[in-house]
Amino acid sequence: MTQAGVSAPGRARIAEKTLRTDNWWRSPLITGSVLVFFIVYATVRIFMNKWYWSDQNHYLTPIYSPCVNESCVPGSSHLGHWFGSWPVFIPIALITFVVLAGFRGTCYYYRKAGYRSLFMAPAACAVPEPHKKYTGESKFPLVLLNLHRYFFYGAILFGLLNVWDGIQAFRGEDGGFGFGLGTVIIWVNLVMLWFYTLSCHACRHIVGGKLKHFSKHPLRYRYWNFVSKLNVNHGRYAMTSLITVIVTDAYIMAVSAGWFADLRFVN
Amino acid sequence: MGSYQASFRVWRGDDESGALQDYTVEVNEGEVILDIIHRLQATQAPDLAVRWNCKAGKCGSCSAEINGRPRLMCMTRMSTFTEDEVITVTPMRTFPVIRDLVTDVSFNYEKAREIPSFAPPEGVAPGEYRMQQVDVERSQEFRKCIECFLCQNTCHVVRDHEENKKSFAGPRFLMRVAELDMHPLDAKDRQKAAQEEHGLGFCNITKCCTEVCPEGIHITDNALIPMKERVVDRKYDPVVWLGNKLFKRSGSKS
Amino acid sequence: MTEIERHSFDVVVIGAGGAGLRAVIEARQRGFRVAVVSKSLFGKAHTVMAEGGCAASMGNANPNDNWQVHFRDTMRGGKFLNNWRMAELHAKEAPDRVWELETYGALFDRTKDGKISQRNFGGHTYPRLAHVGDRTGLELIRTMQQKIVSLQQEDFAETGDYEAKVKVFAECTVTELLTNDGKISGAVAYWRENGKFVLFETPAVVLATGGIGKSFKVTSNSWEYTGDGHALAMRAGATLINMEFVQFHPTGMVWPPSVKGILVTEGVRGDGGVLKNSDDKRFMFEYIPDVFKGQYAESTDEADRWYDDADNNRRTPDLLPRDEVARAINSEVKAGRGSPHGGVFLDIASRLPAEEIKRRLPSMYHQFKELADVDITKEPMEVGPTCHYVMGGIEVDPDSGAATVPGLFAAGECSGGMHGSNRLGGNSLSDLLVFGRRAGLGAATYVEELGERPAVAESDVDAAVARALAPFDGPADGENPYDVHAELQQSMNDLVGIIRKAEEIEQALARLEELKKRAQQIVVKGDRKFNPGWHLAMDLRNMLLVSECVARAALLRTESRGGHTRDDFPGMDAEWRNKLLVCSVQGDAVDVSPKEQVPMRQDLLELFELGELEKYYTDGELAAHPQRKA
Repeated sequence: MTQAGVSAPGRARIAEKTLRTDNWWRSPLITGSVLVFFIVYATVRIFMNKWYWSDQNHYLTPIYSPCVNESCVPGSSHLGHWFGSWPVFIPIALITFVVLAGFRGTCYYYRKAGYRSLFMAPAACAVPEPHKKYTGESKFPLVLLNLHRYFFYGAILFGLLNVWDGIQAFRGEDGGFGFGLGTVIIWVNLVMLWFYTLSCHACRHIVGGKLKHFSKHPLRYRYWNFVSKLNVNHGRYAMTSLITVIVTDAYIMAVSAGWFADLRFVN
Repeated sequence: MGSYQASFRVWRGDDESGALQDYTVEVNEGEVILDIIHRLQATQAPDLAVRWNCKAGKCGSCSAEINGRPRLMCMTRMSTFTEDEVITVTPMRTFPVIRDLVTDVSFNYEKAREIPSFAPPEGVAPGEYRMQQVDVERSQEFRKCIECFLCQNTCHVVRDHEENKKSFAGPRFLMRVAELDMHPLDAKDRQKAAQEEHGLGFCNITKCCTEVCPEGIHITDNALIPMKERVVDRKYDPVVWLGNKLFKRSGSKS
Repeated sequence: MTEIERHSFDVVVIGAGGAGLRAVIEARQRGFRVAVVSKSLFGKAHTVMAEGGCAASMGNANPNDNWQVHFRDTMRGGKFLNNWRMAELHAKEAPDRVWELETYGALFDRTKDGKISQRNFGGHTYPRLAHVGDRTGLELIRTMQQKIVSLQQEDFAETGDYEAKVKVFAECTVTELLTNDGKISGAVAYWRENGKFVLFETPAVVLATGGIGKSFKVTSNSWEYTGDGHALAMRAGATLINMEFVQFHPTGMVWPPSVKGILVTEGVRGDGGVLKNSDDKRFMFEYIPDVFKGQYAESTDEADRWYDDADNNRRTPDLLPRDEVARAINSEVKAGRGSPHGGVFLDIASRLPAEEIKRRLPSMYHQFKELADVDITKEPMEVGPTCHYVMGGIEVDPDSGAATVPGLFAAGECSGGMHGSNRLGGNSLSDLLVFGRRAGLGAATYVEELGERPAVAESDVDAAVARALAPFDGPADGENPYDVHAELQQSMNDLVGIIRKAEEIEQALARLEELKKRAQQIVVKGDRKFNPGWHLAMDLRNMLLVSECVARAALLRTESRGGHTRDDFPGMDAEWRNKLLVCSVQGDAVDVSPKEQVPMRQDLLELFELGELEKYYTDGELAAHPQRKA
């Protein structure tokens, strides 16, 4: 037995590591399962390198957006080709993945969720963590989490590109106006993504939080208030948008693979 | 709802030994844990040590752990437990115990002394201070703190790692740094020191401090994360970093 | 006696509430080595319970305010029994003391133009209370605590030792003051943590120990309020005045029983809350006493207009001074118009939007939600009188805070005179700032001018230690300190409470005699390590002594005035106005005897209309008033 933590010398000698009687393990278990599922799902999807574009409905999955590589399937590159084709072993969604995973991975909410559920540091309050040493985010590599705001800028840019994708999804089978269930799903996802992105702590800091005197910047104070209100629910948006991303991608994958046809409402 | 007999397990002991002791004690309508502890003192255990003052959630003295959760005894109502539930009360488990439910919280007072105090603006006479309500509100939230030290107690950085006590100020005092950094008239730079001297980097924002705060202060969202972002402004902005490297400027020196 | 921890200081401040901390700051800034000894942890003092605000006539909310108006309000509130010099100093210096706090880092609520916002309160003509929501006391304590830390940091920078000039003795209780040839020479204390004794050798002691409320059953005061300073001073040979005046705050919680007595800030009424009886009637309009006739609104319409237009309307009688409101609530309950749990209703829910209530009164919202399951934004609170403050205290020189014993100083609630027979809300926080500073200064000046320091007699130390340890050697079947305490509280509450009469006070005195004897028989279990039973046994000695002063003085004063209401003498008697009852102790015997006050300085007297003074003064006293002469 180590003499660390709650059994360190001088502290009250209580044999139980925690005396909590509630189901404290439930919440990290659920969160952890969702996170693990997403990580596995996303990894698998990235390396599939296919079924990201439904040419018939003009749906592009957010996981592969923007598709600006010459290897992209025809039609999916409605934003043009920014690169030549990449070797097959590099996923064409690499840049998207780095930005999106980077944004979520460095997000203050996901940090909490991940530390609690995946690293058990700690799993719940007043429940001892299993690690012998702890330096938190003060050293490499975790100190890199401080780069969150640069991923936030990336996420804003990619969010705008996603809007463009969303507009594309209003094209019907004949190229004119039309929309289907996929369009609705894409737009629900878009709204959630934007709620998530704008409610970000880095965003809150940038729009006004960094100021010392709100009174000298009334407009930015209003932005800050707005973001602050959203920020209260940042965790909720983070989890909801995670699920909507998976649903959107899965739907487009299914339609693209021809497992079932998109339910069309107009054209 | 009348009175009933409740089962309590209270930790009794000192820095050398101790154990949970069982008590059966009367509970009446509307009572809180501290009432029950007082009843134990008056009827069964006159030397049961407990620290308390106001019994109204204002002084932050009666911090303890109830069924393993850090709480104020005076603000934990008996009605939140079922009548047949065994209620366990222990001292805070991050600080050295003195006796029974009383712990030695001097760690917190030492940390308080390490945070540079408010630096008044030069050339502003008393009575001439002008501040806008919107500018003081953020710091005012943090000044609601009653220093119960439950956040310090629950923070795993020191709760689970005794050795970190040297280099980590804890949520309460990192919040104090944030309070001063957001004070509209404070004249001192505190951002780099937050990371380099007070251990802000140890915080992994798992929010237990916020969860246990009896004052409902949003310690993590309103103090610690904004402070981390301010540190990023100063220390982890690649443009600033590159600029400093290339031109050997000390632009961020206080 | 063998070993005892010894410390030598220039000034020892007993009590780490607002007054104590302000005294420490002052004495340290005058260059002296100061100890601050506190029964609780540093920063936990009872001052945090002060909610509403700190009165200072800065004139930020209403430019008509000035020290003269504040002075007049204070004297009126105290029914002209106040030490006028203290009231004068207080009114004049309070604004400076508040502004000074801002230089320590305090963050008060602001007005639109960025100044300190000020709120209305009972008895104050204009909005005068600097505040931070409803946690002003916490702000004061924390600010001064942090100022002391900042001074310690300065000392550290200079000497490498944080405690070179100011040392905090937290959870340390002083049991006896030591004198030599009538002058203060030191103090004996014990550490609560381990029960070991400490000797302070010091020529100057500042008492700032607060009040005596723990002698009463229903009280807003915490366990610390056992009258330690009052008792220490008396045993050292000093005198107390005005001990019959005990303030019952009109609004304490009445339900559930375990929180009975916890304070509901006057700020609720200042911000629009009104008192109602079970007939839903705003009864305070029926209770405007003659001396305040014409100064308060006579209809609900006028009262409601006053919140927005204070210049053209008179204020609501819900904001009469505390003694009046407490008595009114008492009468309503007695007449059968009370609330289900024996109080009256305090309604803010129907007066302000929910959000506004939460913003202005966050801790009240929190308190009722958490402790009584009542949402004050939706339903009225139930409130009733609770023992809150003692106007009486150590008799001091107004300018220096010096007690009658050389080297002894007092400030804050444990000193007497400033508030007369009744304190206005908001005047306690300003009192402790103004007189805390003055006592610190007084002590510093005394030490400066003192030649040789009085030596501590070792036999006194031994005697003090032996006395403190006596409860461990009580008879095997001795008394339980908790039982004795409970009976004391019940007796004081029932017999020397808000309404008093001679027979009952005499009964109380008889019971006190009996309790004193039982207290001799107390036995405590366990050892000296953080033993609350032992601590209580020692505090009881102080409570019993102070309670006797209260009862004896209450019996002598055959009139009703402010915080002293006699059922058998319901009127105010001008002959009593300038008489102070002075308590002292010889051995075990408490003596209370009347003494005349120094007449008010002419220029101050002239601040009042003759008509008003005639309600309080005897004819003879007013002969020199210019309006009388004219």
